[in-house]
Amino acid sequence: MASALPGLPLAAAVGEVGEGFFKERTGATLPCQARPSHLFCWDWATEHINRFGTPTVQQFELVVISVLIGFAIAFGLALLAHRFRLLQWPLLAGTGILFAIPSVAFFLLLLPITGTGRETAIIALSAYTLQIIYRNVMSGLANVPESAKDAARGMGLTDRQILWRVELPLAIPEIVGGLRIATVSTVAIATLAVFVNAGGLGTQIYSESNLTFPTAIIIAGGIAMLMALAFDAVFLTVQRLATPWRRAAAEASA
Amino acid sequence: MAPGGGGGVGVSAFLPHPFFAGFGGAIEFIFNEQESTVTGGKKVGGIEQVLELAWTQIEVSLLALALAILIAVPVGLYFGHKGTGELVAVGIGNAGRAVPELAAIALIAAVIGVGVVTLTIVLAVLGIPPILTNTFVGIRQVDRAPVDAARGIGMTEPEIVRKVELPMAVPSIMTGIRGASINIIATATIAPLAGVLTLGDFILGENVYGADGVLAGAILVAVLALIFEFALAGLQRRLTSKGLRLQAQ
Repeated sequence: MASALPGLPLAAAVGEVGEGFFKERTGATLPCQARPSHLFCWDWATEHINRFGTPTVQQFELVVISVLIGFAIAFGLALLAHRFRLLQWPLLAGTGILFAIPSVAFFLLLLPITGTGRETAIIALSAYTLQIIYRNVMSGLANVPESAKDAARGMGLTDRQILWRVELPLAIPEIVGGLRIATVSTVAIATLAVFVNAGGLGTQIYSESNLTFPTAIIIAGGIAMLMALAFDAVFLTVQRLATPWRRAAAEASA
Repeated sequence: MAPGGGGGVGVSAFLPHPFFAGFGGAIEFIFNEQESTVTGGKKVGGIEQVLELAWTQIEVSLLALALAILIAVPVGLYFGHKGTGELVAVGIGNAGRAVPELAAIALIAAVIGVGVVTLTIVLAVLGIPPILTNTFVGIRQVDRAPVDAARGIGMTEPEIVRKVELPMAVPSIMTGIRGASINIIATATIAPLAGVLTLGDFILGENVYGADGVLAGAILVAVLALIFEFALAGLQRRLTSKGLRLQAQ
């Protein structure tokens, strides 16, 4: 279907003929969304950009709420596993299983239990973030140099004080790195929330009228990617500000 | 470019059903062929159809994963060993995570058209970023001392990559491959939108398979994803050298 690509002479010629033909009969120009060969229809985009507002806000809310819940749980689990070493492996395996299940399947598995709507999407999305955040908090804590902990112990700090005043601050780069990866991935996956009627940008991609309309898909997908990159930039900045003494080492643990 | 066998499903047609019957009907759907409750008379479900759709999904996913590994690992090894291109290698990984799979599949379906080959290539492209980034980072993180030692005893550069850097980077590379596998399986699930009938057809085709079919599809996809995950985790254990495993404990 090479003719579907814009810029090819053939496609252009067909488009012009169609337009001319249409003009002759009705005196109006055939709107470009009626021409399936069009990859991106500027006229339609400028006219309908408003309809992407609400889905964008919904998507943003889904992501923020899910990541916050995911972080609260994963951070708690990581502290538990840090205290009780025996829990480390089961928690890694358990969150790994939640991570591996494709989100679409996860959403629909929850249907008999929680029904459709935002709660279902948020449960599945936060379950997805657990593994990423848990793994990064754990590796951040594990990478704290023994010498720093020894020094703290020598100064008379208790285990709890060492955790909150020495280990966690030193683990910030990797913890924020985990949040960053979790958030960016969740933005992409939240487009699938449309399958449980939870709104979001997916509504502009997957619906009867839009599935074969590239312009809407490109705009919705583009907004999702921009949102992901914006989150990425925010977390990078936080990482730099929170740890002026260390370069972002967490880049590595993808 | 109508969506796959499930037909054009509107979201509204897909939702307000009595799902609360629970999982029993879904299990029944997987093992016994039955008359569709939605479109009268049509036979749906049953282990035969399940295996057929599952096989397509496995085939497409494995091919895509293999293709992604064949491209991403050598490139990652090369740049990791040379130590150049960090910005690009890590940047590709970050950008890859930001791509919404639904938009990617929908756009492919709408613009290029449908087919197994196109789908496999798209899935492979989605699998490349995590593998490339993790291979690169894995190689870069290898301790420089053994690499220098290897050079000192006269190993050639390809030998160093193969015998020193690669074995030590295995855990990181496998993490990337597992991440890619998860992406690929998940995206293959919505492949019926692009005309390739995988297990996702049960999920997306509520007006053919009914509520039980949707739930059955979700169960099957989850099981398939976990089989892949466990298989790759096992492979990772086998490929990781004994010394590294001991060190990790």
